[in-house]
This record gives sequence, structure tokens and C-alpha cells, in this order.
Amino acid sequence: MKIKQISVFLENRKGRLWKALNVLSNAGVNIRALSIADTSEFGILRMIVPEPDLAEEKLAENNFVVKVNEVIAVEVSDEPGGLDAVLGLLNNADVNVEYLYAFVEKKTNKAIVVIRTEDLDASIKVLEEGGVTILSAEEVNML
Amino acid sequence: MIWNEKAECMSVQEREELQLKRLQEVVKQAYNNVPYYRDRFDQEGVAPEDIQTLEDIQKLPFTSKSDLRDAYPFGMFAVHGDDIIEVHTSSGTTGKPTVSGYTEKDIDIWSEVMARALSMAGATRKDVIQNCYGYGLFTGGLGVHYGTQKVGATVIPISAGNTQRQIEIMQDFQTTIITCTPSYALYLAEVLEKEGIDTDDLKLKAGVFGAEMWTEEMRNEIERRLNLSALNIYGLTEIIGPGVAQECEVKDGLHIFDDHFYPEIIDSTTLETLPDGEKGELVLTTLTREGMPIIRFRTRDITALRRGECDCGRTNIKMDRITGRSDDMLKIRGVIVFPSQIERALLKIPGMEPVYQIVITRPHQLDELEVHVETSPALFSDEVKHVEQVKKSIEKQIHDEIGLRVNVNLVEPESLPRSEGKAVRVVDKRHLN
Repeated sequence: MKIKQISVFLENRKGRLWKALNVLSNAGVNIRALSIADTSEFGILRMIVPEPDLAEEKLAENNFVVKVNEVIAVEVSDEPGGLDAVLGLLNNADVNVEYLYAFVEKKTNKAIVVIRTEDLDASIKVLEEGGVTILSAEEVNML
Repeated sequence: MIWNEKAECMSVQEREELQLKRLQEVVKQAYNNVPYYRDRFDQEGVAPEDIQTLEDIQKLPFTSKSDLRDAYPFGMFAVHGDDIIEVHTSSGTTGKPTVSGYTEKDIDIWSEVMARALSMAGATRKDVIQNCYGYGLFTGGLGVHYGTQKVGATVIPISAGNTQRQIEIMQDFQTTIITCTPSYALYLAEVLEKEGIDTDDLKLKAGVFGAEMWTEEMRNEIERRLNLSALNIYGLTEIIGPGVAQECEVKDGLHIFDDHFYPEIIDSTTLETLPDGEKGELVLTTLTREGMPIIRFRTRDITALRRGECDCGRTNIKMDRITGRSDDMLKIRGVIVFPSQIERALLKIPGMEPVYQIVITRPHQLDELEVHVETSPALFSDEVKHVEQVKKSIEKQIHDEIGLRVNVNLVEPESLPRSEGKAVRVVDKRHLN
């Protein structure tokens, strides 16, 4: 099961991250998970939000370059070795991970890991076969 | 549509005879009535009688922009002020502006050459021409205006700016031909797309675009997005304004109205006249202008000339699209670079807007060239390596075009300066002086 992720191009300039988040705040969009990839010249802000279409629209209106794409969110136990097991499965199946980011859920004892790989379908298959719980968009947003 | 078949399709011999006769007259008039020319000719030891053939023009001294500036305001006029019925000036961004004065006959000539230009874009009495060139001291607005009236088309003297209004008028008045700078045409396309206006619902058939340099790729982009035929017009205030040369529907060079303006190409360093087909600086002499005859004006524009009959039937000398200016020609690490080359490289990349800014620095005794370009959804990805690949492919395109390594910096959309006239494309921070 894939979920939508929203990515935003950020110029390496003072106030741009704040401006992007401010647009979302004004639109009443809650950010469930967030990561920033930064290079010396630009950044990419990646987020999981309950309303990706609304977020995309509002950001585009404010001249941000936005891309919506798919990632997978898996649940791992919040204890040593939790992520190791998941990555081990992907590694054994020879699936290359582009990036990932994690957030800890306060209401449960689980951590959520957002993963982007070269081949999402293959990854889902490997993870499901390995008994990893893959979360739907609703599940990620309800946690 | 050929407006003046006699003037535009005459034989080579007929044309040269006419040009020589007119050249002799204009040189005489300049020498007799403009102290500046009399002094310069005397200094160079050349007299009007020395002009026996068209090649003899090479004996005459050049006129530069600074010569005109020194004559500010009316020092170049060849007639009494009472006979001047209109004045225009160039922008004057680099000092005092230069003044251009017109007699009644000069305005007639201007209307005539502009009528020829607009006819090349298919203008007839039936057309509605939306003139988005600025009205005022700038020659663009009134030049097109006079030509439109000569043709008998309907002119909408809307002038530059106020894009919302431009679009509203374009829809309501069923504009068929639009005249503006090519960068403004692209801006219009952008706004039309943003507002979801389908160009099929507009009546636009042609655009006459000029007053700044543009490329073949930019023409394709404008034609596709505005759904019209985009034609190049050339002119300059010092010579008359727009209407020195215009592209016909063949789109293979601009026809110079050479019964009124005599072109030459020179090497801008050695000042030697170059043969047809060779790239160099365009030099123009007005053949018929009364109010302010201009002898061998160095335009600083880089082009090449070609002779021969065009597929459209015209026999005027043709000039290539301007590819640079000998004064905004950039020298980076000793290599000659024109901003238009960078634009051409950018337009080869799908999804790329031709909005860019070139920044030149010299951090450690060596020039560094940085090109800022705006990102678009087509270029962007959630993965750093993809965005970096895009950046590298842009750098490679530019490298292939100019032969220099550059650093491309991706910036957010709408963050680079856009102007409704000429855009600021080059920022030179080298402080060489």
C-alpha cells in the first residue's frame, strides 16, 4: 500500500522553509511527518500530510514548485533493531533505498518509517512477505 | 502580403542605382547642414564628391552612440527646428539619452516602412492590432501606430503593461496581431495559461516581436504557447525606430528596407568592412532621412547580411537574427559569450522557462559564470540526485553552447526579475574598471 508524499523545492535562502510551512499553517494543514534533504545549493522538503492535494494547491499558489509522489510507510517497534529488520529485508531482496525518515508515535509503542525505494511494488511485496505492517494513508493520519 | 512591390522587389541594379543616388544626396545634406559631420569629414579629409560608388561609403567616418550623445539635444539636426514635427529619445540608461528628430517627410517614411513590416505579418485593413509597445519617447509605440494607420488596420494603442487589461481587450476586441517584446509575449502566454484561457478562443494570428534579442527556440515556444506566427522586427531610435528590418513569413532572416537604410557589416575591432555572410557589427546609414541624417551608425548589434531573392519574392538585403551586441558581449575567461547563447541552451531543455540571470564574478583572479534558472514542476523531483542531474544537464547544455563550464543555480519560480520591457539578464560583479 502506497501513500502520497509531498515534496517542495526550497531555494537555499533565508526564510524559505518558514514561508513554505507558513503557507501550510494558514491552510490548516497538519504535518504528520517531515524531512529535509539539503545540499549546498537547494533543499527538498518532504512531508506526509492528511490533505496532500490541498497542500499542493496552496503551495503552488504561492509559487513553490511541488511534486506529489508515492512512498511506503511501515510500522516498526520502537526498540533496538526495529529498523534493522525492515532494511535487512530490503537489502536481501536487493532493493535500493533512496531515502527514508522516521517518526515516533506517542500513543503506541511503534515508530513509523517512511521509505522511498527504486521499486515500490517490489518493496511492498518483500516487506509483506517478511511480516512487516504497511500502513495506509488513513492509518498514518489517524495515529 | 507585399506592401510596396516596387520598393521591395526591385532588381539588384535598380536598387544599387537608387541607393547610390540617395547616399550621395544624404552625405551632401549632412555635410552642408550638420556642423558635426562637416568637422568630421574635414578631419578625415573626405568630401561628399568622393562618393562615386556604393563602396566609397567606406571612406566615411563612423557615427557612434557617444557622438550622438555629445550632440544632445539637437546638435545632429540637419533642418531648422521649425521643420521638426516630432522627437523621440533612446532610453538613456547609460547617460544622457540620444535624441531623434523627424520632419513630416521622415514620419511619412517611418509610416511607410512600418506598413511594409506589418504587411509581412499579414496585416490588412481587416486586422485589429494590439500595440503593447510603450507609447511616449520610446519609438516602439508610435512607430507601430503609424504603420498600422498607414495599412488601414485598427490600432489598439494600449501601450505596455497592465497584463490583465491586455488580455481582456485581446478577448473583447478580437485582436488579430499583437506587437510587443518577445519576453512580454512569453509572459502573456504564462498569464493566459494560468487563467485557463484557451488560445483557440482568441483570434491571434501573428505577433511582431522586437526591441530585444531573442532566439529561434524562443520563437517556437511563443508560437506553440500563443498559437500564432511569431515574426522578428528590428529597428533603433537613432536610425528611425522600429521598421528598419522585418521578417517575412519565410522566417529566414529580416528584410532590411534598404531603399531607406543602407547596411554594412564591420569587424568591431579592426573596423574593416566584412563580406556578405560574415558575422560582425551592423552599421547603418539613413538614405532618405531629412531631419537627422545618420552616416555609418555603429549599432553594436551582431548579425550577418545576405543578398538574393527571398522565397517571398522580395529582393531586399536580409540580415540574420541579432545574436548579440558588441557591447553586451561578455568576455569570460577570454571567451566571447552572448547572453542569447545561454538562452538558446536553456530552451533545449524540456520544461524549462527561458527566464534566467547570468552572474559573473571573479573570486580568485578567475572569472566564474553562474546562471540562475527557475525550477518548474517538470524539472523538480523528490530525489536530490534527480534534481542534481537536471542541474548537471543544464550545465552541460550551456557548456556545449559556449564552451565554458558554468555553475547553474536553481531558484524558485517567479524569483528572477521579469520586466514588461527589457529584462535584466546579466549581472557583472567583476568590477573590472
